[in-house]
Amino acid sequence: MTALAEPPVMHEAPPSGTIWRLAEDRSSFAGPTDDRAGGLPDHDLLEVALGPHHPSTHGVFRMDVVLDGEEVVRLKPVFGYLHRNHEKIAEKNSYLAAIPYTDRLDYICSMTNNWAYVMTVEKLTGFQPPERAEYIRVIVGELTRLFNHACLVGFLLQDMGALGTPLMYAFREREKILDLFESLSGARMMCNYMRFGGVRCDLPDGWIEEAKQVVAEFPRFLDEFEALLTGNEILLVRSQGIGVLSKELAVNAGVTGPMLRASGVGYDLRKVDKYSIYPRFNFRIPLGQHGDVFDRYMIRLLEMRESLSILKQALDTIPAGPIVDPKAKQRGLRPKAGEAYGRIEAPKGELGFYVVSDGSPNPYRFRIRPPSLINLTVLEDMCLGHTIADVVIILGSVDIVLGEVDR
Amino acid sequence: MLGSGIIKGMVETARNFFGSYVSRERLTTVQYPEQQLAPHENARTIPLLVYDGDMEHLRCTACGICEMECPAQCIYIVKDTVKKSDYLGRMQFQPRVFDIDISVCMACGICAEVCPFDSIMMDQVFALSTQNRFSGLLLHKEDLAKANGYFHAIHPSDAGDIDARRDEDKRKAEAKAKAAVAAKAAAAIKSSEASAKQVEVAA
Repeated sequence: MTALAEPPVMHEAPPSGTIWRLAEDRSSFAGPTDDRAGGLPDHDLLEVALGPHHPSTHGVFRMDVVLDGEEVVRLKPVFGYLHRNHEKIAEKNSYLAAIPYTDRLDYICSMTNNWAYVMTVEKLTGFQPPERAEYIRVIVGELTRLFNHACLVGFLLQDMGALGTPLMYAFREREKILDLFESLSGARMMCNYMRFGGVRCDLPDGWIEEAKQVVAEFPRFLDEFEALLTGNEILLVRSQGIGVLSKELAVNAGVTGPMLRASGVGYDLRKVDKYSIYPRFNFRIPLGQHGDVFDRYMIRLLEMRESLSILKQALDTIPAGPIVDPKAKQRGLRPKAGEAYGRIEAPKGELGFYVVSDGSPNPYRFRIRPPSLINLTVLEDMCLGHTIADVVIILGSVDIVLGEVDR
Repeated sequence: MLGSGIIKGMVETARNFFGSYVSRERLTTVQYPEQQLAPHENARTIPLLVYDGDMEHLRCTACGICEMECPAQCIYIVKDTVKKSDYLGRMQFQPRVFDIDISVCMACGICAEVCPFDSIMMDQVFALSTQNRFSGLLLHKEDLAKANGYFHAIHPSDAGDIDARRDEDKRKAEAKAKAAVAAKAAAAIKSSEASAKQVEVAA
């Protein structure tokens, strides 16, 4: 990427949808990164508000992009449009009533959100979920990871210009898994399924067989997807070498999940924390080398295959038995005063809940560590020097859900 | 060869396109308004109130647990002033007002989960749009009340379990009442015998 030699030509009237502003006073661009890369160029720049209602921003999210020609020299993420006061509502409500709100954090993956929250409360209270409940949790968690990654790849390709086709194929597969969730929990997306010390209801008759069938058919979709996309020259040109995130920056910025692993850091809480019953399963953690958009795309495809292997093992070995700890209490739960931090490897990264109890029926403090938000903090570093079209792809490869970013 | 990846992808697209005419797996959609899929048995949308017999016999006893536990606080209950006999013959209050604001309700199902009287359950209706934004979405007791037969139709296995449990409770309660009546009668006989004896002694 080279900077334009000539200053960009200004049009008479601004085209609709963009904000054009002549950069008379350069100090107005002074942002948090002003001391980097030797300041701004001395010709005119263009500030564009990308979003909040833009199809590529995956929700209501705005990027204030400062452009030198087509090249990004500043990027300021602006969020909070979807702020719903989740943490304060949870502090006002009972422990049980916070579970349906966690569904709406990362509204694609409600099961893993439930899981992280109930795990935190279990740490606080000492409830021990029985074997079968742990298996059910792993199964629904990995199913969630499957369709989250499938959808992400679909959205990413849509951002690259493959309008519709990959996303529709991904949604077709997702719908099969959502059908499983609906027959299990009653709702496709807002499952509200996990409970303290277990899960809400047992698997319906024949559910395991249906799940096995979905898992058995999924590799065909993955193969198709790879044939459709991975060798595609346009995808390779658009994604390789774009939005490189270095190992050091990824670790320092607290980036987690597939994005961190794409940068080549082998950090997966399923292996690090060994929570739930993950140590019993045989699976590998794929790692990237370059940390670019293509690695992030590829990591997701590989992780789906590993999830399938976990699912196969779990569905074959799920034991019979109770699904809730008999000591567990749902309604009117009053944990002893104390605090707990529970975290799981959600599809997007480390999802953590920090709950402080003062012995009353509602939490004293309820704090979420959202992977989407923290992965988003490195957006500017990845985008600088790339064109505006690449910004859209880089944002797509971060895998954000605005419900979780803004909470 | 440059472009071979694109051609390979196009072949895949073509396979899906033509496959959708012959393969059920590749054509997963239905023509919605004319053709509708049956909902799953566990599917839930908004709450309903179950009654046995007629509308006057709601199972709800206006205890207010659902009102208290509702995460969105969309339930509003006012207790009636007179008690009615429930299925076990106990005198219970009934709700005079039972409103649910379904513009706020998030269909989580916690009310159905915490209800100790098997009264509030989850419905499966989903075409709920209305032209009236406020009163159209505030459902009253009359809108929410549904017969047990309707509940059986949408959640057959849950309804069967609940009915079996209630019948068992009823049977036990009747047996208990019968035993109490018998005991009372026996006590009455005893006391009358005793008094007769006393009369004899006195005589």
